[in-house]
Amino acid sequence: MSVIGSNAASVEFSDVTKIYPGARTPAVDRISVHIETGKLVTLLGPSGCGKTTTLRLIAGLEFVSSGAIMIGGRDVTTLPATERDVSMVFQSYALFPHMSVRENVEYGLKFSGYPKKEIGERAMAGLSLVGLQDYGARLPSQLSGGQQQRVAVARALVLEPQVLLFDEPLSNLDAKLRRQVRDDIREIQRNLGLTVVYVTHDQEEALAVSDRIIVMNNAVVAQEGRPRDLYDEPADAFVADFIGEANLLPCEITAISGGQADVRIGPVVLTLAARGLKPGKARLAIRPNRIGFADPGAKNALPARLTKVTYVGKHLECFAETEIGTVFAICGDVDALLAIGDDVSLILPTRGPVLIGH
Amino acid sequence: MRQRTEFDTLHPAVILWMAAGLAGFVLLPWYVVDDGFFSLSWLMEGYPFEADAAPALFLALQGKKLWLAPLGLLLLAPALLWGRRKNDPVFGYLLIAVGAAGLAWFFAQGFAIGLRGWNFAWLNDLAGKLEDRQFGMGMGAVFTGAAFLFLLTQGIAARGAVGGDNFVIGSIGLVVALVVLFIFMPIVKMLFSALITDEGGYSVVSFAGKFLSSRLWGIDCLAGGSRCGVAWNSLFLAVIVGIVTTALGLIFALIATRTGMKYQRLLRALTVLPVITPPFVIGLAIILLFGLSGMFTQAWAWVFDVQPTRWVYGLPGLLIAQTLAFTPIAFLVLIGVVEGVSPSMEEAAQTLRANRWQTFWTVSLPLMRPGLANAFLLGFIESMADFGNPLVLGGNFDVLSTEIFFAIVGAQYDQAQAAVLAIALLIFTLSAFYAQRFWLGKRSYTTVAGKGDAGVHPPLPRGVAIGISVVAGFWIAITLIVYATIFYGSFVKLWGVDNSLTFNHYIQAFAIGWNEFGLHWKGSAWDSFWTTIWIALVSAVPTAMIGLLTAYLLVRQRFAGKEAFEFGTMLSFAIPGTVIGVSYVIAFNVPPIEITGTAIILIISFVFRNMPVGVRAGVASMSQLDRSLDESSLTLGANSFQTFLRVILPLLRPAILAALVYSFVRAMTAISAVIFLVSARYDLSTSYIVGRVENNEYGIAIAYSTALIVVMLAVIGMMQLIVGRRDIGRRGQAGQVQFAGGG
Repeated sequence: MSVIGSNAASVEFSDVTKIYPGARTPAVDRISVHIETGKLVTLLGPSGCGKTTTLRLIAGLEFVSSGAIMIGGRDVTTLPATERDVSMVFQSYALFPHMSVRENVEYGLKFSGYPKKEIGERAMAGLSLVGLQDYGARLPSQLSGGQQQRVAVARALVLEPQVLLFDEPLSNLDAKLRRQVRDDIREIQRNLGLTVVYVTHDQEEALAVSDRIIVMNNAVVAQEGRPRDLYDEPADAFVADFIGEANLLPCEITAISGGQADVRIGPVVLTLAARGLKPGKARLAIRPNRIGFADPGAKNALPARLTKVTYVGKHLECFAETEIGTVFAICGDVDALLAIGDDVSLILPTRGPVLIGH
Repeated sequence: MRQRTEFDTLHPAVILWMAAGLAGFVLLPWYVVDDGFFSLSWLMEGYPFEADAAPALFLALQGKKLWLAPLGLLLLAPALLWGRRKNDPVFGYLLIAVGAAGLAWFFAQGFAIGLRGWNFAWLNDLAGKLEDRQFGMGMGAVFTGAAFLFLLTQGIAARGAVGGDNFVIGSIGLVVALVVLFIFMPIVKMLFSALITDEGGYSVVSFAGKFLSSRLWGIDCLAGGSRCGVAWNSLFLAVIVGIVTTALGLIFALIATRTGMKYQRLLRALTVLPVITPPFVIGLAIILLFGLSGMFTQAWAWVFDVQPTRWVYGLPGLLIAQTLAFTPIAFLVLIGVVEGVSPSMEEAAQTLRANRWQTFWTVSLPLMRPGLANAFLLGFIESMADFGNPLVLGGNFDVLSTEIFFAIVGAQYDQAQAAVLAIALLIFTLSAFYAQRFWLGKRSYTTVAGKGDAGVHPPLPRGVAIGISVVAGFWIAITLIVYATIFYGSFVKLWGVDNSLTFNHYIQAFAIGWNEFGLHWKGSAWDSFWTTIWIALVSAVPTAMIGLLTAYLLVRQRFAGKEAFEFGTMLSFAIPGTVIGVSYVIAFNVPPIEITGTAIILIISFVFRNMPVGVRAGVASMSQLDRSLDESSLTLGANSFQTFLRVILPLLRPAILAALVYSFVRAMTAISAVIFLVSARYDLSTSYIVGRVENNEYGIAIAYSTALIVVMLAVIGMMQLIVGRRDIGRRGQAGQVQFAGGG
């Protein structure tokens, strides 16, 4: 019995630009990233940010306008998809409807020069890996969406590619199945030590599944890092708002000492990490769920009047008018008796808020 | 681990095409041999030294036709690439140079040296008189030319165009070469021959004189004269036919989609009629009904006691015949348009307090406007290009398509005049084609999104529904009468004179007997019948192949000049058959491509006349295949050729069968182009029938037509059984529109 292994390799983008014919603005603009061997890296961003183009550039389905792409230390910039050692799982799964599940999984193996016997064994090994060893004779149309997904994964896995690409793999699954499939993909990736590049526009999915996240916006990399880094220390307003919502409040840095900044937000004074900023005007990103509620008049808190209170089941979503603008806050206590027009004090936490340049 | 395709010696594709080219140069007869392109008799006739059957190498070794020798040297040049990789710049540039130089020399010598030495007088002055001459290119030349073409495309691929894909660039090169050679080259040659004066020189003035003559553009009829210019006749007829068929087509489309289901089946069945009916058959039926000895004319004369007249010959008859023939085409276009109007638009109008009539008038109809214009232009082109009906029904009402024919086959045999007329006709149809593609192309309101709009079309206002039902009923009645007349007429001894029934026409045409050799096809029609069948069968395969390959390039690939490529491949749809016929006669009568009088010219004309059918069928069904299917195949390591073969073609099986069948059927019913191209040895059914009509042998002509219709009905019926109704219907809207372009 064959065992599916891994030939994982790294991916290196140097100064890659892609301009589609006829387009004025680049779809990908001078991107340089390094994707480590054996890691799951997510390309995250709103639609049209260039993440799918980046993925297709790795696959060899699009070609760079300038720059170079290396996979496993080898320059593949001009190689077409056929000649790259990369497999891809498509959003639509792209299972060949005229072939059985098994033939689908064997398809790529046939072009890889394996002896006939091994092709069959490897296909079976791939199907077992995703738990579909008994479904080989079926047609894709006879499988559920989740099963089709797994066939698509098996078909890509059996080639033991240097890099495995996922293009929004969960978007055609229902909500409950997503978590399951997401965890399955992560588990296989960890067990086999695969290099995976994963495209999604769902920040929660990206946080859950990734070793590293590359956030893209307007054809450039907005920020790159571990999930917690991105969430806790967004580099700019876009990342702060895109990964988990954030309030961006105007503030003023009054003094800096030893990497710590004294920050004045309306009447509130906090000491936070300076992150290289200089005294003067700045902005503060605060997660809505980190804001606390207190009775009016509390010390070192922001006086506010509630303008909107919405009950959404697991918490209350509140909009409050303050002297520095509207603040969006989440109150975890659904039994709190908050109502429109109430005066409250908003307590800004000392952990969590992040200073962002003006 | 995936295997890598890198070679230390020489790229196998280069070796393949070098070998093919050298085989053509060294092994195969360079010139076409007397017994035909595919004949092998040359092996017995002094091969390889006899000049008629010698390969180019042996000719050169004997010191003959030395202008061919450089081609051989060029074919060896790619060997210099030994040991070089594909991404080495030298690799690409050398192949491009070899391919381009080879092709240029190949065609330069072909066009420069003909049957009487130099083809152009200025070459005589420049290089002195050439004592040698050459014939049409044969098998060897084809291999060599193909080798240069594909070496060129490999060079371009190696330089990284379209992702460096050999198969895609090779396919583009092939399609472009074929279209240039068999569509553009003949047309251009025809344009030049229009400049030839009576003395044999070239003159723009003489062309202008002919082109602007009153024969074409006279307006005597407005001033009370007897006749107008041919061009005006054609234009007038085409405009009226366009309007009437569009109106009727809209009526049928509305009935089919907006009223009860009762007529739907029958209406859809009627749309298959123009596909299976040879274009002149309607004209024949009109003669049987309204001609001098026609049923209605005779009855009218008897009832009112007047002399029967030939009133139907000319404009009235043409109008009736073409309206009957082309309404189903407009219907096919408009049913898609009517269905494409999003029901939610109409529902929105109704919720905004418009009543049914107001909704139809203010929302539905304006949304259909581009579709209506499209249907009109199609009807216009069809009428312009129609050849069969004017030939049998035209009388004194001359139109361009038949005038072209008479200029070439008549006593006058005036190529230049035929070319001038053809240019006028071409200008009309190309203008309509241009308007259809570029003006209308950007103005479609209909939604073709994958997800259908929920909602239902509102039923028509009651008065409108009744009105159009009456009109449609009338039309259907006439159509049924026409076909019944054809069927019945095939059994009548001599229509209008001796109305007794007989099988004689069928016996005369299709009798079978026995003689000492076994089965003997005695009937006079068998010859042309079997020729038609095999030529139609043979041409269907390349038609479907080129069509689908072109569709694949159009739908799935991006490359520079794609719009021009698309325009070029669809162009032959707008070129009337008569124009193709004339240009083929002019272009392929002399070397380098000398194929008049052969079966090959018939096959080629079918392939390029019907290519748009294959392209559209392919485009329509390929657009429904998700692009990610090919992409996943590519990322799984298959190259684009393997992807085309294993993923795309199997999924397109219904479209392939449909393209095969329809190009077969269209070839069976075509008349306008082939009537110029048939020969005594290769006569076709349609031209045989027209010949009988011209000899006033209506009986046998009608019997033969009936037999053809029945055969075609059987073929289409079988295909529907195999492919399944649903499949055909679905792509029918986009795919069937073009089938009636036969003419």
